Amino acid sequence: MRRYLIRKLITYVLAFFVGVTIDWGIPHLIPGDPIQGLLARFSQLDPASYAALYKTFAQSFGLNVSLWQQYLNFWKGLLTGNMGISISDDPNTVTSLVFGAMPYTLALLVPAVVLSYIVGNRLGAAAARRKLLDNTVLPLGYVFQAIPYPWLALVVPYLLGVVWHVFPISGAYSETLLPAWNWTFIASLLDHWFLPFLTVFIVSLGGWAIGMRNLVIYELENDSSRYLRALGASERVVRRYAYRSASLPQLSGLALALGVVIGGNIVTEIAFDYPGLGHLIYGAITSQDYFLLQGIFIFIVIGVLIANFIIDLVFITVDPRTRLSMQGAAA
Amino acid sequence: MSTAVSEILDEPKTPAVGRKRSDFVYYGLRNKKLVFGLGLELLLVLFAIIGPMLAKYGPQTLTGAQLHHPGGTYWLGTDSLGEDVYSQLANGIRESYLVGALGAVSAAVVGMTLGFTAGWRGGILDEVLQMVTNIIVMLPSLVLLVVIGSYLNSRSVLFEGVFIGLTTWPWVARAVRAQTFSLRSREFVEMAKLSGKRPLEIIVRDIAPNMASYLFLVVILLFGSSMLLAASYDFLGLGPSNTVSLGWMMNQATQNAALLYREWWWFVPPGAVLTAMVAALLVANVGLDEVFNPKLRQQ
Amino acid sequence: MSVSVQNLSVAYRSRRGDVTAVDNVSFALADGEIMGLAGESGSGKSTLGNALVYLDQRMKATGGTVTVDGRELPIADTRAMRPLRMTEVSLVPQYAMSALPPTRKIGKLMTDLLKSHRVGDQRAVMTELKRRLELIGLREDVLDKYSFELSGGMRQRVTIIMSTLLNPSLLIADEVTSALDVSTQRAVGEMLLEFRDRGFVKSVITITHDLAILAQIADSIAIMYAGRLAERASTDAIVNSPLHPYTQALIASLPEVGVRHDQVTLTGIPGRPPSLVSPPAGCRFRERCPFAFDKCTQTPPFVEIEPGHTVACWKASDERGAAAGRAGQEQAV
Repeated sequence: MRRYLIRKLITYVLAFFVGVTIDWGIPHLIPGDPIQGLLARFSQLDPASYAALYKTFAQSFGLNVSLWQQYLNFWKGLLTGNMGISISDDPNTVTSLVFGAMPYTLALLVPAVVLSYIVGNRLGAAAARRKLLDNTVLPLGYVFQAIPYPWLALVVPYLLGVVWHVFPISGAYSETLLPAWNWTFIASLLDHWFLPFLTVFIVSLGGWAIGMRNLVIYELENDSSRYLRALGASERVVRRYAYRSASLPQLSGLALALGVVIGGNIVTEIAFDYPGLGHLIYGAITSQDYFLLQGIFIFIVIGVLIANFIIDLVFITVDPRTRLSMQGAAA
Repeated sequence: MSTAVSEILDEPKTPAVGRKRSDFVYYGLRNKKLVFGLGLELLLVLFAIIGPMLAKYGPQTLTGAQLHHPGGTYWLGTDSLGEDVYSQLANGIRESYLVGALGAVSAAVVGMTLGFTAGWRGGILDEVLQMVTNIIVMLPSLVLLVVIGSYLNSRSVLFEGVFIGLTTWPWVARAVRAQTFSLRSREFVEMAKLSGKRPLEIIVRDIAPNMASYLFLVVILLFGSSMLLAASYDFLGLGPSNTVSLGWMMNQATQNAALLYREWWWFVPPGAVLTAMVAALLVANVGLDEVFNPKLRQQ
Repeated sequence: MSVSVQNLSVAYRSRRGDVTAVDNVSFALADGEIMGLAGESGSGKSTLGNALVYLDQRMKATGGTVTVDGRELPIADTRAMRPLRMTEVSLVPQYAMSALPPTRKIGKLMTDLLKSHRVGDQRAVMTELKRRLELIGLREDVLDKYSFELSGGMRQRVTIIMSTLLNPSLLIADEVTSALDVSTQRAVGEMLLEFRDRGFVKSVITITHDLAILAQIADSIAIMYAGRLAERASTDAIVNSPLHPYTQALIASLPEVGVRHDQVTLTGIPGRPPSLVSPPAGCRFRERCPFAFDKCTQTPPFVEIEPGHTVACWKASDERGAAAGRAGQEQAV
């Protein structure tokens, strides 16, 4: 088990390194001069002002030192929590902006992922044993899995917000309210939260249901299920064992699906004008706020690594083989 | 199991050359999922080819008739600039297929090469590839694409396709590597080695046919996910410049508050069609899997 | 008679129609008898054994009855069979290596099974379980382990213990020694004998293609060929005076320990068993039999040629008939 943990840790550390390096490296590898692009927004500059402004930007970008120094500076900034100041939202720091948006994203992401995982697994397992249920769950699951995030993020608010005025379609809370710890505010928060949550939930649901269904079907036909039946175990017991065996690969699937869900989350936030990280990214793109973009990327990478780590821990506690085996991860 | 009975029941676990092609065709035609999925997909591809030709206007031609409801001259209505939505849809479908294919092909090429090498050689090469794969899989691809793409000034369809492929190749590599690994030590490969065949020959002649079915399934899935990823990407405004795509349509609709103004014909068709395109692929994929693997057939 | 099988036929559903894997088989077992069911791959022996316990969706019983302890087994009715499994009939499967679910400790697995059978006094059974583990040399902590932590031999023995925990009247042991090394084979064989002697199981049908093992632990042997019973007799009779040409060829093809094969050529039986999709008419061994004659195109009946010795072969029954005739003549004279 120790070898397994060590291997995992190395992967995480390396992933972090790679993420940071890519993040730092992008502006330097892309053809074109980002500063020029920025300055293009300031029209009608005389050459002297242009040169002075260029120098200032170069300095704030840290481009006036050697490449290697820039890389180290980047690391320094990251480790001290100083990711610079947002270009578009001066004087707010990148860090403060990110931390401001993070709670909204987490409030959306975590319940959506967890609930879709749990509900999807139950549905899938149930569909695996009842043919009737299977005939509805399966096609629905495929359709849900195939829905592009932007589309659901448009159709859901259209139906539930515009056509039937059940929920609001944008913002985190009503514009007429000020943030406060009272029921009105919290109710408004939830009201605005529901549709984006529903969007992410639905798309993820299909994938889990189908995956679990296939796994359970496979397990129900394997040797241990046959043996249990031969020994007269009730079908309920057989199912329980199959479910247990199927849960393990599903769990590792969760870690892999995170990257996709985050992407979907971003899209949803933008469609709903929901002030999370995705929304922040969009703003950063349109205003070419590179500092902010790079900062957000790092935070997301860190978040994904932490989530992966948590899932790994859960996996270890749940899977007896990983817990007890003295060998490293099998090929 | 007994030989006499097993030759009837289970597909024998012999090399691909031993399996009867007629078996595939027989089960293939009878598999509802495969027939439905493939059929629907072919219809959509047909539409992608013919559709734009039937359009009366170019996708970005200003017709002067803004925000018309569907019907009459404008089959799917027009958008806020007066562009024909049907034309945009038809052309957008083409573009989606193109990007999807590019993505799937680039991911397949890179993934298969690396996967084969790692699975065949093993050792350090394999360890390194596994590490790289694990890392790339963890990094959220859309975010990466966003960060990189936002630095670029103009983007082409080719770029988008290849770009997407380069973030999804690890899935292919993993699958290929696992299969190569397990097949490498099978008897027929040992025999090929003993008979003095060169490694490349063994890969092409003996291993590839056995993996073909599995690889095919993986590539189909990649095709679908590429299309979805491209749609999200285009929706964020980072798609190919001056190109009409399904994601771009939805982006335009959002920017012009089509939701509020109930211009449903602008954003409902593109997503609905894309859902159909991907869903058909997924269903056909499952059907194909059932044809290849008898164990999955629920009778 | 403890176990009685009458005219049992079992078929597989396949794309090409039903394939009869077990064709009109009849035999009986006395209390405490260990019968070996032998035959080559594809003879139907596994199908026969498994059908007595669990008929899965692919199989169907197309005729015949099975009686255990005077009660008919409703083998075609999966639901009705459930309470009888493990308590009346039990199975040690061919895939014992992968039969134990990997996600549960062995002890918990046993209690789950007991609960499923609504066993009243679980504690007493668990105590008995520990006693039996000790008996065969397994430590009690096995119950606290997962299946993947056990070696192949241990898994096989644990499976046997699990299958016999509720003292079934009939135990089907399917290829229990095939995946093991010789010394473990011996240990498992002795385990079966011991369990029978102590009354943990009443009768045993042990399915195998390995006649050597049967020679050591079986009281009687039944030889199956292409879905039908060829011969059935005591172990001694089968080994020393087999009557069916197939059995004779089988015995003759066994390599003898100590004999070098530059002295004696190792013989097999040329040819292959017939396809069960469209079996040939008459005796199914006809094509490979050195003694086949024109009568063999008719199906030979499974008759008792000598007391306790049943054969399905025209040559054997004709010879006996001729011998009986001669004896009769001598008597008359």
